[in-house]
Amino acid sequence: MTDAAAAPYRFAPGVKFRFDDTRQAWIVLAPERLFMPDEHATEILKLIDGARTADAVIDDLAARFDAPRATIAADVLEMLQDLIDRGVLRR
Amino acid sequence: MTASAAALEPPLALLAELTHRCPLQCPYCSNPRALVTRAAELDIATWQRVLTEAAKLGVLQVHFSGGEPTARRDLLDLVRHAAGLGLYTNLITSGVQLDRARLAALADAGLDHIQLSFQDVDDAPGDAIAAYDGAQAKKRAVAALVVAQGLPLTANLVVHRRNLGRLAAMIDMAAGLGAARIEVAHAQYYGWALANRAALLPTRAQLEDADRVVDAARATLKGKVVIDYVTPDYYARRPKACMSGWGRRFINITPEGKALPCHAAETIPGIAFPFVTRESLSTIWQSSAAFARFRGTAWMPEPCRSCDQREVDWGGCRCQALALTGDATRTDPVCTLAPDHTLIEAALADPAREELTFRRFERV
Ligand code: SF4
Ligand code: SF4
Repeated sequence: MTDAAAAPYRFAPGVKFRFDDTRQAWIVLAPERLFMPDEHATEILKLIDGARTADAVIDDLAARFDAPRATIAADVLEMLQDLIDRGVLRR
Repeated sequence: MTASAAALEPPLALLAELTHRCPLQCPYCSNPRALVTRAAELDIATWQRVLTEAAKLGVLQVHFSGGEPTARRDLLDLVRHAAGLGLYTNLITSGVQLDRARLAALADAGLDHIQLSFQDVDDAPGDAIAAYDGAQAKKRAVAALVVAQGLPLTANLVVHRRNLGRLAAMIDMAAGLGAARIEVAHAQYYGWALANRAALLPTRAQLEDADRVVDAARATLKGKVVIDYVTPDYYARRPKACMSGWGRRFINITPEGKALPCHAAETIPGIAFPFVTRESLSTIWQSSAAFARFRGTAWMPEPCRSCDQREVDWGGCRCQALALTGDATRTDPVCTLAPDHTLIEAALADPAREELTFRRFERV
């Protein structure tokens, strides 16, 4: 957990995240890869700016969705790790 | 809008084959055996219109390929135009014509990613298979320039019988050059590669070694380099979902402006493929007979028609069915359920051949 709190997250080189008007959905674009993240992943990805740490992401989501921090923390950390494993995010 | 048009999803990616010109002569080149000449290539205004139409239609990625796309001097303007439309732009190149200035200009024009192909790890066999002296050294230098420019790099390693034994060294080289993604791609047996199949198809033992090499490299490079592995489907039990299904995700435009559901589709007789010079991309996608021909499952013969995999692999590759059976409507012979599967077994039992036919302009 200390490790997860340490470094900020950024998009991996070559990865773009943008809203697509045709599909009315957020899309992750990477070389030879392309997917529509689910709504939870989308809310997380919108907060990735190269500056926010996991803690900052969790704080922000807890405030915005009026959810207890402890309830969402584990889920958010798991999703961030998943996005790293899929080559979408780096730290 | 009719019900079927309403259900049709927009395409995801456009493969823009800007030219068939290429300084290399790889014997597994995916271009058709009859190549389009420079004089017949689309002009820049048409390409720009096609890109605009593509973005409007919902295309998200454009892959500039060829031939060698850098052989077009107006490549920069096309990248700038595509990037301005919000398209994800990828350049698929052999690299031998790139230098620092051109890469800087491409990055400045908004290029998102470069995919650079490598034919080998050692200079002599690399240059020999591309039939281009100094190709391998030039590619290494260009890879370094791409990374220095801050452009994300995928190294595409094309493997076959002659270089599979060096796969581990090829992956090391690519990772050392700074590729964030490595694609290990077995030559696919269409066009030039099919003509050279007996000289290129790996043995089963080679393939099993290659699987182990890729697994080991994935473990070593985890978190640093993503490795994608395209296995040769001759050794698979089920075919690939070619292009994720005919007319479902991709549009391929040839240098002269023919719109194809897949780059090899032109080989299929009896289909009049539409030209972007005569029709808009949305008309082509939504109402052309060519894109509807093998879309979905209605066209399927048995055993596909009643198979539970029919919306997973979409019956495999039409061009492969044609190339091997002479009939594009048959189940892809790669499938072990296909009535023509013995053709694959026969190809695997074929004696190996040594000589290669190198890609070149024949009668066009
Ligand atoms: S496969 Fe080789 S010959 Fe064919 S376009 Fe690519 S670099 Fe050129
Ligand atoms: S029978 Fe057809 S649909 Fe079924 S697995 Fe084979 S190719 Fe795919």
